[in-house]
Amino acid sequence: MASPSSSNRPTGLRWNAWNLLLLVPLLTLYPPLFNRIEPKLFGIPFFYWAQLAWVFVGVTCVVIVYRMTRDDRAGNRRGSTESERDA
Amino acid sequence: MTSGLQWTELAIFTALFLLVTVLGFVAARWKAGHTLDHLDEWGLGGRKFGAWITWFLLGGDLYTAYTFVAVPALIFGAGAMGFFAMPYAVIAYPIVLLPALRLWSVSRMHGFVTSADYVRGRFGSPTLALAIAITGLVATMPYIALQLVGLEAVLRTMGLNGSGILGHLPLLVAFVILALYTYQSGLRAPALIAFVKDVLIYIVIFAAVFYLPSKLGGWEAIFGDAAEALSQTNPATGKPSGSLVLAEPSQLQYATLALGSALALFLYPHALTAIFAARGRKVIKRNMAALPAYSFLLGLLALLGFVALSAGIEPITNAATGRPDSNTVVPVLFGQEFPSWFAGIAFAAIGIGALVPAAVMSIAAANLWTRNVYKEYLKRDATPAQEAKQAKLASLVVKFGAVAFILFIDPQFSIDLQLIGGVLILQTLPAVALSLYTRWFHRIGLIAGWAVGIFWGIAMLYSIPNPATGKEHFGGSALALDQLSIFGWRPFAGEETMVYPGFVALVANLLIAVIVTLIVRAMKVPAGQDVTTGSDYHADEGDEDLRAIAAKH
Repeated sequence: MASPSSSNRPTGLRWNAWNLLLLVPLLTLYPPLFNRIEPKLFGIPFFYWAQLAWVFVGVTCVVIVYRMTRDDRAGNRRGSTESERDA
Repeated sequence: MTSGLQWTELAIFTALFLLVTVLGFVAARWKAGHTLDHLDEWGLGGRKFGAWITWFLLGGDLYTAYTFVAVPALIFGAGAMGFFAMPYAVIAYPIVLLPALRLWSVSRMHGFVTSADYVRGRFGSPTLALAIAITGLVATMPYIALQLVGLEAVLRTMGLNGSGILGHLPLLVAFVILALYTYQSGLRAPALIAFVKDVLIYIVIFAAVFYLPSKLGGWEAIFGDAAEALSQTNPATGKPSGSLVLAEPSQLQYATLALGSALALFLYPHALTAIFAARGRKVIKRNMAALPAYSFLLGLLALLGFVALSAGIEPITNAATGRPDSNTVVPVLFGQEFPSWFAGIAFAAIGIGALVPAAVMSIAAANLWTRNVYKEYLKRDATPAQEAKQAKLASLVVKFGAVAFILFIDPQFSIDLQLIGGVLILQTLPAVALSLYTRWFHRIGLIAGWAVGIFWGIAMLYSIPNPATGKEHFGGSALALDQLSIFGWRPFAGEETMVYPGFVALVANLLIAVIVTLIVRAMKVPAGQDVTTGSDYHADEGDEDLRAIAAKH
């Protein structure tokens, strides 16, 4: 099958509703949500462990968007060479 | 700890340093292309780094030695405010994911090596491209100098704390060696060394975060001690130096500093260089998901600032400047609380942690100089081999310029410059990032917006004093809204709430860009030529029509 080239690549902006998930991590920019000491975890105040834990929220959102927006072009090549392309 | 030479630590530090030196020279032959005499190969490692290499490279490049010493130092000095690095390092990746993919694709299609190359192609405006290039250069140079500051903090903690120029000798030796293997191997050198750096850093920080609290009575006690230490009134300001949570006026500053820093992160040339070196879009997607592991690590490291407060750490007085260096807080903590052999590993992690970003930053700056000043204005017919030669020389000049800064000028100056640099690079956002989605902005509007953002940003930073250190200008990154004045009009007079000036400057930048674009379009001034097409922004590895790497263009 033909490899993708400019003739069968999309030209405009592609929007997928899943991309909205990328806004969720921005909640960490609203200090009143976490600007307190209680409840503590292992003696660490909430302000610190909550923001540390938020790393996983960010990662989850990006992974979901990555998975749900994998497009057909990747599918076309998947059979032949995807495993070779890893790492 | 005595102030004499710490022999065990020095021995281990030197051994690990020699290891990465060997790697730096050997890197020239790793994943080699047919030549290193092309910017694609020297400056971008052949544009074929896979996901793992990119993860180590970007991790080593973005999380610098300066970050490792300065973030805990900020926590040590001010408490909660220093933790802004956490939200910053978390939101940067979701924000950058989509634009970075488009920028990679269009750059791969057209052989762009720098962000200014892209801007030149997108808007057909050499002036706008030059503005972007100069901003990138000015923002990167002090950042390299600061890696030296981080490396010196570690060297002085190990007892190499001489005064005068000779006091900087170990630093000079380290840097000459770095300069040599970067000259020879280009981007492959820091990519390979990053493996060592990052493995060491993960080991050290995880060990520290479990071992130190158990040695010092647990986190409850540590935060208790820290809260008490921070609430002591600072004699210079008459106020407590910090607190465990954010005071009311600091909350907007925290959010805008985090957001501004996140937006700026991937506008920095050294971040984009690592992005352009990737083999394909999948590499970037995976890294946007996996790089936050380093952010978690950074958060843990930040907590060590509180551990230092609790352990009663005193920063070392830098014998060359005569002042206490708060950046030594973490090295001193490690030296005091870890057994010598592990402290040596920890120092090596931080020290090597200076080499990777310094190398990538100098390569990124060299690429900018070569493509967007040398080739654009000085030698238009430069061949790829001449470009590569010029870039190699430029990277030497840049590194030795950074050393000269540290030797002859107060390191505080470099810290000030880096603060300014952060505000400056943020002003390239409309031209470099927004342009990936729309060409609505006119090149003249973008230049106008950039100029306003730059000048007002610097003016605002100039107006910030720091009573704690006695500085009258460039005293910090927090501007009281009360002080915000637009040609004398103070919209927020009396407001104590603080804000990050870089963010304010960006808003002004965008407003001016919009207004000037509308005016210029109404006057029917022609927009420049756009060499890119819509489909370019979706190109990926394996596509038929990709440009050959290291092409003779």
